[in-house]
Amino acid sequence: MTHAAPVHSLWTTAAAAPDKIPAPHIEYGQLSPTLIVLGGAILGVLVEAFLPRRQRYGAQLFVSVLTLAAAFAAVVGLAAGDYGTGKAHVAAMGAIAVDGPALFLQGTILLVALVAVFTFAERRLDPVAHGNQVDSFAAQAAAVPGGEAEKAAVKAGFTTTEVFPLVLFAVGGMLVFPSANDLLTLFVALEVFSLPLYVLCALARRHRMLSQEAAVKYFLLGAFSSAFLLFGIALLYGYAGTVGYAGIADVVDGQVRNVTPALAGTMGNDALLLIGGAMVLMGLLFKIGAVPFHMWTPDVYQGAPTPVTGFMAAATKVAAFGALLRLLYVVLPGLRWDWRPVMWGVAIVTMLGGAIVAVTQTDVKRLLAYSSIAHAGFILAGVIATTPDGISSVLFYLAAYSFVTLGAFAVVTLVRDAGGEATHLSKWAGLGRRSPLVAAVFAVFLLAFAGIPLTSGFAGKFAVFKAAADGGAGALVVVGVISSAIAAFFYIRVIVLMFFSEPRTDGPSVAVPSVLTSSAIAIGVAVTLVLGVAPQYFLDLAGQAGVFVR
Amino acid sequence: MENLIGLLVAVPLLGAALLLCGGRRLDGKGHYIGTVLAASSFAIGAVLFADMLGRGEHDRALHSHVFSWIPVGGFHADVAFQLDQLSMTFVLLITGVGTLIHVYSIGYMEHDERRRRFFGYLNLFLAAMLLLVLADNYLLLYVGWEGVGLASYLLIGFWQHKPSAATAAKKAFIVNRVGDVGLSIAIMLMFTTFGSFAFAPVLAEADRAGEGKLTAIGLMLLLAACGKSAQVPLQSWLGDAMEGPTPVSALIHAATMVTAGVYLITRSGAIFNAAPDAQAAVVTVGAVTLLFGAIVGCAKDDIKKALAGSTMSQIGYMILAAGLGPIGYVFAIMHLVTHGFFKAGLFLGAGSVMHSMNDEVDMRKYGGLRKYMPITFITFGLGYLAIIGFPGLSGFWSKDKIIEAAFAKGGTEGWILGGAALLGAAITAYYMTRVMLMTFFGEKRWVADENGNEPHPHESPGSMTFPMIVLAFGSVFAGGLFSLNDAFVKWLEPVTGHSHGDSPLSAAAVTGGTMVVLVIGVGLAWAQYGRRPVPRTAPRGSLLTRAARRDLLQDDFNHVALVQPGQYLTRGLVYVDHKLVDGVVNGTAASVGGLSGRLRKLQNGYARTYAVSMFGGTAVLIAATLLMRAV
Repeated sequence: MTHAAPVHSLWTTAAAAPDKIPAPHIEYGQLSPTLIVLGGAILGVLVEAFLPRRQRYGAQLFVSVLTLAAAFAAVVGLAAGDYGTGKAHVAAMGAIAVDGPALFLQGTILLVALVAVFTFAERRLDPVAHGNQVDSFAAQAAAVPGGEAEKAAVKAGFTTTEVFPLVLFAVGGMLVFPSANDLLTLFVALEVFSLPLYVLCALARRHRMLSQEAAVKYFLLGAFSSAFLLFGIALLYGYAGTVGYAGIADVVDGQVRNVTPALAGTMGNDALLLIGGAMVLMGLLFKIGAVPFHMWTPDVYQGAPTPVTGFMAAATKVAAFGALLRLLYVVLPGLRWDWRPVMWGVAIVTMLGGAIVAVTQTDVKRLLAYSSIAHAGFILAGVIATTPDGISSVLFYLAAYSFVTLGAFAVVTLVRDAGGEATHLSKWAGLGRRSPLVAAVFAVFLLAFAGIPLTSGFAGKFAVFKAAADGGAGALVVVGVISSAIAAFFYIRVIVLMFFSEPRTDGPSVAVPSVLTSSAIAIGVAVTLVLGVAPQYFLDLAGQAGVFVR
Repeated sequence: MENLIGLLVAVPLLGAALLLCGGRRLDGKGHYIGTVLAASSFAIGAVLFADMLGRGEHDRALHSHVFSWIPVGGFHADVAFQLDQLSMTFVLLITGVGTLIHVYSIGYMEHDERRRRFFGYLNLFLAAMLLLVLADNYLLLYVGWEGVGLASYLLIGFWQHKPSAATAAKKAFIVNRVGDVGLSIAIMLMFTTFGSFAFAPVLAEADRAGEGKLTAIGLMLLLAACGKSAQVPLQSWLGDAMEGPTPVSALIHAATMVTAGVYLITRSGAIFNAAPDAQAAVVTVGAVTLLFGAIVGCAKDDIKKALAGSTMSQIGYMILAAGLGPIGYVFAIMHLVTHGFFKAGLFLGAGSVMHSMNDEVDMRKYGGLRKYMPITFITFGLGYLAIIGFPGLSGFWSKDKIIEAAFAKGGTEGWILGGAALLGAAITAYYMTRVMLMTFFGEKRWVADENGNEPHPHESPGSMTFPMIVLAFGSVFAGGLFSLNDAFVKWLEPVTGHSHGDSPLSAAAVTGGTMVVLVIGVGLAWAQYGRRPVPRTAPRGSLLTRAARRDLLQDDFNHVALVQPGQYLTRGLVYVDHKLVDGVVNGTAASVGGLSGRLRKLQNGYARTYAVSMFGGTAVLIAATLLMRAV
């Protein structure tokens, strides 16, 4: 493990003579998953630009699936090549870490994205408009909702196939996010995956105003939180004289190697460290959806097209928790007596807040949004453990949770009435009588959310709580179990509603999806049950992957 | 030969499976299948018996390991059978008397449309009872024990359309459950004490365990025996069990079920021998029950209930004998076998009478039946003479030995037990003479019922009289045969052990005393029911008579002592559940819901509010981090 020169140090490059600039050493092979995805995204843009409209859908789907599969194969290859454990190191001049957690999370994100692309590409659910099969996305995003242009676009059978490259760009950012090894890379990655998501949120075919409102809110608040994050980065730079994780950690540990003359007045000032650290944390907690930075979640989840919501809820969370883990375990471990109590508080209010507010929700998408907030709290409990078990349990939980979430939102896209998806819970009454299979599948996901044994939710929750308890956070576990009990109420309530209520006469119908959504749901169910019944192999995998490189 | 042992159980079990799963197409021949299979089981038993007689008396026991049932770590339970002289005795009694009852039921249940099912249950009963007596460990015995409980439940409640029968079946089942708990606790104690529940290690090492533990095991076994054998305080189900068809009563009272408790105590003799306190409890239960049952038997006008009281009393004799230790084990079993003959005969006779009297059970509406049904009269009469201990008949030999053994216990205890047994003999003579006189002698007292149907007493068909005749032979000769040259004692001694004790009275004195009380009992009954006509409606009677009619207030006692406190407890728990538990639960739910509703309002849809929340949150985050450093 060599400590790379601070290539991002802002002032040194200017002072050095041009011929002495060392050529940056980039390990292209180890960065290949990210490079493949970004390359695929650019290819997608070219497809958009040069292929006729009719052929774009098939080409985009092909490019996306192939890209994601190739990137996943690259991750597997790296893991098989021992980059997750023995050969883990910091690549790209200190900017990117290639280690167990990074590879595990990148693999998870790629699989999640692959399944999500299936739901993006679904064209059987919406009724055929003017002889064209359409998906969940607006015919022409730029057209004013309800305006003449929109009508024309619908009539012409336009579809927004740009969603595929947008997803790939987002995935590219998400791959970098948990492996970013300096603060600037972290920030760039955050923006790279956030901006496509803002756009995606605005693209719903139905309820376009709601969708656009959600996107604007998400963008405003995201920008707001980015500002905090960026300011925090500046403060940390002032404290450590570097934005590299290892460099900051050294300063925190009291091993200052070289005091930068220009920063002599601020370096080692703990106030900068604490305030800057808290602000960077806040930026990550916003993406995770932790209370009190969670308020965007229900509105955005509800307004965004449901496939986007599923992708966002699953993949963003994986990426953001990866970045949070790395920040806390690599940069700030010397500071854990300061951040642990604060994170305790955040975890408690997140678990309880998410669970309690979910109790009175009446919209299934908002319900799932609050549920995701509560789950963020559970995962935070594992983060706070600050033990190797804590890392591996969080990794496992993220993998388990993301597939349950994807599957659940995919089921939501099936239940429809004349106005599109019927997300109001009252319409789900008696669904089990009319569509037993769909209701049963949804029930499996709900039971997994609730953490019932034989589902992945139980295995994950058990691992996280056990790690937290072993890590000395017993009280947190107690709060977690209480929150789980409250959460179980609203999950089970939906099951009761589906199976033990009389169906409504004006109730929704369940659309028959194509093989795309069907396989997304089937994969969700399979992963949920396999991780629930035989979790040990995957727990071991997460355990092996649970060491950060510094 | 060993392989035949398993067949003993398997054959009637197969019958039960066939008849219960076979469906309607077996309706016409189900009763033959059941009877043939029961008889086959008896034939196998006879072959094994002959084989056993051919071997020396110390290597007569056979052992047959069928398969390992639960092999887990140090916990081994096997399905394995053990056939020694004690089990052999039971096998012959169960299959022999059982087969006769099967034959009898062909005629008795002829008009019942669920006859096939009835025979299936009978076969199940035999299979369970055989499993019970053939098991080589307590766990497998427990399986048979529960099987007997199930089969008795099904048979007592066979006429389930009668609410009284359904209730009686439930009562028998529940009371038996109390005893079953005792057996399961005893088995657990055995496992913790001896590390095993096979007969061989447990009984061989019994005297090495502490006496306290043995007493506990013994008392639990006694509780179990009380349940199955209808001993005080778990006797209350027996009388009600008469709701079942009469062959069932015969089966329960003579060959199966109630004998299980005697078997259990005799089989566990090594434990009781080493636990005198438990033995004292056993003889107390036996003595109390033999008087209790006899007194109840005196007051009943229902012929079957009078006989039920009698059974209770006679089993009391056996339990008493078994509690006496090696002095009494052999006689307990001997009385059990002779009782099996005459009690089965008496019940079948009672069934025959009811069969011809339009199912009337009230003896006050019988009278003078000896002229109408001579075979029933003679076989019943022989059973009667046997049970009261008429010299030379079966009951004389076995009961006399028990009374003698009770005196031989020695000391005050011996006098009390011997006295109780003698008193019981007198009462037995009284109530059985009463049954006999009210049924077969005197004037005819039956009249037409409100529909004008007058009973026309007649002899029962051959399928019913044949078993009665066979059993009558047993009632007359079995006791004598067993006592010839002390054959039965020698037969059973290698298993149970035998000692003579030292009786303060000579055998002749005991026999003489028994004869005297016998004459007194018969004389009293004759004075009351033979010389004077029997009133058709029962007189009010003394306080004791009225109490005895109500089974000495057993149900009233259970109601006050068990049912009412249980109900109060349940009501209390329901109250606590409703008010306290539900209150807390609902209160919590309501407050969570209320909180949720209030917090929800914070989510007002304005991005500015959300931004403020984030800003405030960050401020708190920073403040808290700094504060942590400050403190």
